[in-house]
Amino acid sequence: MLAYAFKRFIGALPTLFVLIALAFFMIRAAPGGPFDAERALPAEIEANLRAAYHLDEPLVQQFGRYLADLVRGDFGPSFQYKDYTVTELIMTGFPVSLRLGGLAMALAVVVGVAVGSLAALRQNSWIDHAVMSVSMTGISIPNFVMAPILILVFAILLGWLPAGGLGDGSPQNLVLPVISLALPQIAYISRLTRGSMIEVLRSNFVRTARAKGLSERTVIVRHALKPALLPVISYLGPTTAALVTGSVVIEQIFGVPGLGRYFVQGALNRDYTLVMGVIVFYGVLIVVFNLLVDLMYALLDPRVKY
Amino acid sequence: MSLLDVHDLKVSFETNDGLLPAVQGVSFALEEGEALGIVGESGSGKSQTVLALMGLLADNGVASGKAEFEGQDLLGLSPARLNRVRGEKISMIFQDPMTSLNPYLTVASQMTEVLTLHKDMTRREARQEAVRMLDAVHIPDASSRLDRYPHEFSGGMRQRVMIAMSLLCRPQILIADEPTTALDVTVQAQILRLLDEIRREFRTAVILITHDLGVVAEVCDRVIVMYGGRVMESGSLHHIFQGSRHPYTRGLLASVPRLDQERGGRLQGIPGAPPSLSRPPTGCPFEARCAYRLDRCTSVPPPLKERDRGHRVACYAELIL
Amino acid sequence: MSTAAETITGAPAEKGRSLWIDAGLRLKRNRAAVTAAVILAFMTVLVVVGPWFSPYEYDFTDWDRILIPPDIASGHLFGTDGIGRDIFVRTLFGGRISLVVGLVATIVSLVIGIAYGATAGYLGGRVDHIMMRIVDILYAMPFMFFVILLMVLFGRNIVLIFVAIGAINWLDMARIVRGQTLSLKRKEFVEAAEALGVRPFRIIRRHIVPNLLGVVVVYVTLTIPQVILVESFLSFLGLGVQEPMTSWGALVNEGAQEMESAPWTLVFPAVFLATTLFCFNFIGDGLRDALDPKDR
Repeated sequence: MLAYAFKRFIGALPTLFVLIALAFFMIRAAPGGPFDAERALPAEIEANLRAAYHLDEPLVQQFGRYLADLVRGDFGPSFQYKDYTVTELIMTGFPVSLRLGGLAMALAVVVGVAVGSLAALRQNSWIDHAVMSVSMTGISIPNFVMAPILILVFAILLGWLPAGGLGDGSPQNLVLPVISLALPQIAYISRLTRGSMIEVLRSNFVRTARAKGLSERTVIVRHALKPALLPVISYLGPTTAALVTGSVVIEQIFGVPGLGRYFVQGALNRDYTLVMGVIVFYGVLIVVFNLLVDLMYALLDPRVKY
Repeated sequence: MSLLDVHDLKVSFETNDGLLPAVQGVSFALEEGEALGIVGESGSGKSQTVLALMGLLADNGVASGKAEFEGQDLLGLSPARLNRVRGEKISMIFQDPMTSLNPYLTVASQMTEVLTLHKDMTRREARQEAVRMLDAVHIPDASSRLDRYPHEFSGGMRQRVMIAMSLLCRPQILIADEPTTALDVTVQAQILRLLDEIRREFRTAVILITHDLGVVAEVCDRVIVMYGGRVMESGSLHHIFQGSRHPYTRGLLASVPRLDQERGGRLQGIPGAPPSLSRPPTGCPFEARCAYRLDRCTSVPPPLKERDRGHRVACYAELIL
Repeated sequence: MSTAAETITGAPAEKGRSLWIDAGLRLKRNRAAVTAAVILAFMTVLVVVGPWFSPYEYDFTDWDRILIPPDIASGHLFGTDGIGRDIFVRTLFGGRISLVVGLVATIVSLVIGIAYGATAGYLGGRVDHIMMRIVDILYAMPFMFFVILLMVLFGRNIVLIFVAIGAINWLDMARIVRGQTLSLKRKEFVEAAEALGVRPFRIIRRHIVPNLLGVVVVYVTLTIPQVILVESFLSFLGLGVQEPMTSWGALVNEGAQEMESAPWTLVFPAVFLATTLFCFNFIGDGLRDALDPKDR
C-alpha cells in the first residue's frame, strides 16, 4: 500500500511541474512588469529592484530559483503587501478557507449522499421527482447568484444571520457562506448517488443477495451502499476543485478573509507573486487531494491492484 | 401433492409502450427430488417465470396466478415471509457467475451471511459449514480460498461458489437460470455433472432454465418447452426427444447437430423470428413460423392438452409420431 | 451435440425504428425537456430581437429615473440601475453576450476535443498513451485560476474569453470521444473499411465521427451552460466583459451591490441566467436519457 502511494505520488510530480511552469511562464510572458504600476522609477533604482528580485537573470534561471524556493516552502515576497511574504499571506488566509471549505465538503457529502440514496430507493416516487427537480435547480443556480439571494432573504429580510464577515468568529457567521458553497455540490452529489445507487440496485449481485432471502435493509446496507458510494468518492477530487474555485467568489461576497479573497485582490492589484503563490498552493492541494481520493478508492475496491 | 404447484402464472411489464406480457398463463408442477428443464429461446418467458416465483422481477414487473409451496402462495407472500423461503427453502443460481457475486465482499462473508440469517449459526459454525460446502462442490483448498474476493476466482469456480452458496441451507428446490451459458464448453460439462451429483446427494429438486436441449437431455427428468410466453409442450425426456408432437419442439430438435447425421446433410433452422413482445399474437405464438398452420391457429391459442400420460401438447395440428 | 435455440432465429420480423427517430420519440415524451426547449427558444428569440423594440439603448442613462423599480409607464419594464440604465435592455444585451460566449466557446472545445480524442483513440498505442497522459495532467490543473490569471495579465477582451474557456472544456470531450472511438474501432464496419484499404483519416471522418454524434449532441447541450457559467463567474469578479457592455454575470454582480435598496437589479438578470442554465441542463439530461434508453 505504501509503495503504491509512493508510486502514485511520483506519478503526480509531472502534473505539479506543469502546473508550476504554466503559472510561472504565463506571468513572465505577460506584458508589463510588477513595478510598472508605480510612478516611473529612476532607471538605476528600477535596475536595483529588478536585481533584488532576481528579475535580471535569464528566465530559466529564475524558474529554477523559484522551484528551489518552493521546495523550501518559500513563495517569495508579495509585491503589494510590502511587509509580508506570500507564504505568510497564504498561512493567514488558508485556515479560514480550510474551515469554510471543509465544512462545505462535509455538508455536501452527507446531505448529497442521504438525499440521493433516498431518491434512488424511492425511484419514480414524488420524493424522487422532488429531489431531482430541486437538485437540477441547485446545479443551475450559480453560487454567486445563490449567495446574494440567501443574504437578501436570511440576513436582510429576516435578520436571522449576519450578512458577511467573520465577526467574532462565532458559528452563525459561517452558516450562509458554507451553505452557498455547498449547495451546488449537494446537487451534484445527490444526482450522482442516485444514479449509481439505481444502477447497483439493478445489478446481478444485488439480485443474488435478494435471492438469498436477505431483508431489503441488509441488501442495501451490506451489498449496495459501498459500490454505490464509489463514484461519489471519485467525485471528491473534482468537488475539492469546485469548492476551492467557489470559495473565491463566496469569500468575496461574504467578505471572508480567506485565501480566495487574497487571490482576487492579488489579481486585481497585479500582485504577481501572490497570485502565483495562491495558484501553486491550490494546485498542489488539489493534486494531493486527488491522490488521497485515488488511494481511498484503491482501499475500498478489492479489484484495484496496487 | 406436488412440492411446487404453479397455476396460470402470468407476468407482464409496465413500459412506455404499454403493458407488455412476458408470460401468459404457465402451469406446471415440480415433484420432490425431480429435475425439471424449462427450454426456450430468449424472450420465451422462461427466466421471467422463475424470477416471478422468487419475487425477483424488475420493479416494473407484475405477476399474477398462483404458486403453491408448502401450503402458501409464493406470489402473495409479504416480503418478510418470502425471505423465509428464498435462500433457505428455494435458492437460485444465475447465468452470469462473473457478476452474480458481490465483488466488494469476500466469499466467506457472502456465504456465511446466509447461514447466520436462516440457520442462526454463529460466524464460526457458518465458516465451517461454508468450507464443507465448498469442498462438496470440489473447490480445491477451500479453507484458504474462503477469504478471497470473487475476482480471484475463474468463471467456473465462481459458479461453483454460487452453487455451494445456494446449497448452504439444504433447500428443497434449486433454481438454475442458464447456469452454464456464460462458461467454456469443458467447464459447462463439469458444472452440469456437479448439478446432477448435488441433486442426488442432497435430494434437491432442480429447475433448470436453458435454451440448450443438450443440457436438458443430460440432466433433466422432465421438460417444459416454452415459446412466446406459453408452454408449447411438456413431458418426460422420452416424450420430448422421441415422441414430440409439437411443430416447434420438432423444429428445435431438427436444429440440434447430431453425430449420426449423414455427411453433408444441412442443419435445419426454423424460418422466421419469435413474435414481438409489444404486439403479442392473438392466437398461437408460433403460428407465423409454423408449417402446419390451421385457420384457427391465428385466432385462439391452442390449449395445453394431455395426449399421453404426462405428455401435454398445445397444438391444433395433432401431429402423430 | 447441442446448439443454442437462439441461433435458429432468422431475420427480425419487426422493422427496427432508427436510433434517431426512436430517440426523438422518447424525447418528446419527456415533458420537462420539451418545456425547457420551448422556454429556451422563447428566451433566445427575446434576447436576439428584444433590444430592437426597446425604447432605450443598453448604455443610455435616463437621468430622470435612476434606480427606479419596474415601471410600465416609462418603458423601464425591469426598472433601472444605479446610473439610470434600463435593466430590461441590459439584461437582453447581457443575454446576447452570454449565449454567444456559450455557443462559440463550446464549438471551440468541440472541435479541439473531437480532433484530439478521435486521433488518440484511432491511432492507439503509444501515441494514444502520451496524448491521454497530457489530458490527465491538464485535467488536474485548477483551470479557473489560470483563466483568471489570463484575464488579468492579457487584458479583458472577449476573444480571449472564448479561447480560454474553449481551451478548458475540450478535455472532457477528448476523453469521451477517445473512449467511443476505441470501442467503435473494433466494430465490424470499421474493420471492413480498413480491409478495403480506406485511409485512416477518411475512416475517422466517414465512419467514426458520424457515430459519435449522439454523445456530441449531449455534450454540447451540457457544455453550453457550463461555459455560460464560467463567463458569468468571470464577469461577476469584474474580469469578464467590460462596461458599458455587459453580461448576465456582470449584471448579477452590479445587482448584488444594490440588492438592499433595489432588489430588481439583482432578480431579473439572476432569473434569466438561472432559467437558461436550467433549460440547457434539462434538455441535456433529456437527450442523454433519450439516446441511451437503458435507464427507462
